[in-house]
Amino acid sequence: MDGITRLEKMFEGIGGRPALIGFHTAGFPDRDVSLRICRALLDHCDALEVGIPFSDPVLDGPVIQESSFRALRAGFRPRHVFGLVGELRKDSDKPLLIMTYYNPVHRMGHGPFCRAAAEAGADGLLIPDLPPEEMGDLRERAGERGLAVVLFASMTTPDDRLRMLAGQTQGFLYCFAVKGTTGMRESLSRELAPFLERARRFSSAPIAAGLGVSNPEQCREVGRLADGVIVGSALVKAIMDALEAGEDPVPALSSLVSALRDSLHQD
Amino acid sequence: MERERVENRAGAQERQVPHGINEEVERVKGMQDTSPGYAQPGGHFGAFGGRFVPETLIAPLEELEEAYLEAARDPAFIEELDGYLRDYVGRPTPLYRAERLSRELGGATVFLKREDLCHTGSHKINNTLGQCLLARRMGKRRVIAETGAGQHGVATATAAALLGLQCDVYMGEVDMERQALNVFRMELLGARVIPVRCGSRTLKDAVNEALRDWVASVDHTHYCLGSVVGPHPFPTMVRDLQSVIGKEARRQHLEKTGRLPDCLVACVGGGSNSIGLFHPFLDTGVRMVGVEAGGVGDGPGQHGSTLGLGSVGVLHGARSYLLQDDDGQVMETHSISAGLDYPGVGPEHAFLKDSGRVEYVRVSDAEALEAVDLLCRTEGILPALESAHAVAYAARLARELGPGASIVVCLSGRGDKDVNTLSSARTRKNKPAG
Repeated sequence: MDGITRLEKMFEGIGGRPALIGFHTAGFPDRDVSLRICRALLDHCDALEVGIPFSDPVLDGPVIQESSFRALRAGFRPRHVFGLVGELRKDSDKPLLIMTYYNPVHRMGHGPFCRAAAEAGADGLLIPDLPPEEMGDLRERAGERGLAVVLFASMTTPDDRLRMLAGQTQGFLYCFAVKGTTGMRESLSRELAPFLERARRFSSAPIAAGLGVSNPEQCREVGRLADGVIVGSALVKAIMDALEAGEDPVPALSSLVSALRDSLHQD
Repeated sequence: MERERVENRAGAQERQVPHGINEEVERVKGMQDTSPGYAQPGGHFGAFGGRFVPETLIAPLEELEEAYLEAARDPAFIEELDGYLRDYVGRPTPLYRAERLSRELGGATVFLKREDLCHTGSHKINNTLGQCLLARRMGKRRVIAETGAGQHGVATATAAALLGLQCDVYMGEVDMERQALNVFRMELLGARVIPVRCGSRTLKDAVNEALRDWVASVDHTHYCLGSVVGPHPFPTMVRDLQSVIGKEARRQHLEKTGRLPDCLVACVGGGSNSIGLFHPFLDTGVRMVGVEAGGVGDGPGQHGSTLGLGSVGVLHGARSYLLQDDDGQVMETHSISAGLDYPGVGPEHAFLKDSGRVEYVRVSDAEALEAVDLLCRTEGILPALESAHAVAYAARLARELGPGASIVVCLSGRGDKDVNTLSSARTRKNKPAG
């Protein structure tokens, strides 16, 4: 099954409730623990994004920055993400997406990167600092391997551009729920609802919202407006807190992520 | 002779026009047809440049581009900017014939383009005044900036104070220590200096942090980027604003000698003073040399020679040369001068390198320090450590080119900010080994 089909089936197959998409920084805190964390996330989430740690994460707030730097210090390298995805694919058929800044992809080359991602079993790529205008042949190379290239939309995106992004995205349209970097916020932006309504109007693909969605209440609220809710920093923060306390991060993470999922069932 | 006459005519023509950015915009627009690569639509310089940013910044960058192009064609805007450049910055800055230096070197005549005499002590103010005027015109009430040596931070804080804008400056913790004087100056000018504690804690991370701020604050904040780096339109806009350096230098050299110089030399960190000097000479045959930070060696982390030792990559919104490892992780850099301690470089420089139009070389920390001594001793001018890199290479070139030749060096800033670094370097040098 190719990545676009798997994503489509996921959104269709969950029976009208919004999808929960989790995020984890690959290699944080180290390779083995990050594999256990990803497996735990896949138990409760409908799809998983694994992030490639990067030296200059300009779209990330302090939590994911810190997880990236710690993964890099622990010796994580971009190619390890393919190993991680390969392991996860062995016992899950949920969508697996690779989230990365563009430079590691640029460095490896579009063809080799897409081949390695597809061979590992990934379904799609999310590259937040790569707008479609700068993609070159990435979509062709990804398409040959059945990988979805997911595009992003923001509250600042004007209508005509939103229509273009919605028309070109594959799998779903990733809508930034805040103007700003990743990280937890006390409340959702007032601009979010009108933005997601606008995205809905232009997009025949499912829309998923992420950035700044961190607790069950916010999750439920966003779930009323979107087909999918993406949670990242809150999960990574829960892992950091557990590690800090000298505990195994998996139980705390599992209870948070199942609460998030339950919040999406209640409507 | 024929060439001289033509150049003199060109010089006479240039004297009549103000050094505004409008003509530069028109010129570049004209160039799109004949010399693709200098500024193509979408902000590409050949394979370089572009706009590699999160979606949230795409529309604001388009707005900025439109506002800039509109302002650059508005006589009232140009007049206001030119007025400030003249009466506030002190332009035109002199092109100074460094007689004693030239004699000591025993070769070509060295001219110094005295950007160190600009208000605030460096060329950075040419850019920040233009951008802060633009920010005000766009209705933004706050500006943010990154700074390495602190010169751009001081220049932004100055323009913000002048125009009544709120100003926050991001600065790496390492740079705050080695440029403490400039931190204090920024605070005196009413700016808030925000320490950046992540990554290498230098200029690269200050840019990251400013970009993070801007993604969240773009409704009311302008990012006053300090060099010809970043996403389109910054490399073009900053280049246009800094081109006043080269336009003046070209006219002044013609007036003093009746011909164009043989060679231009400027230091390259991000590359704003160098592109400012070079750009108005691109349509001539004048040789141009950009000098990067050679640091303490050619190994990883020992230098800031992005064009000399880097490879093509994407950082801070543009494709250009980059110091990166095999995985595409950005590497740490080293230079004794904070302003050259940066793993990226402006995309137009990448284009000019690949096209062969400009040569890029490197000068070590030690050579730069020697050049500071040389210029202090022969001319009574204390150059910024960044600019000292250009002086050091010009000294080499002067001997190579010999008498009769003429070299213009961009003395991009003054060295007062570096006295602590200079003093500890001297202490180290004088300390007996062991």
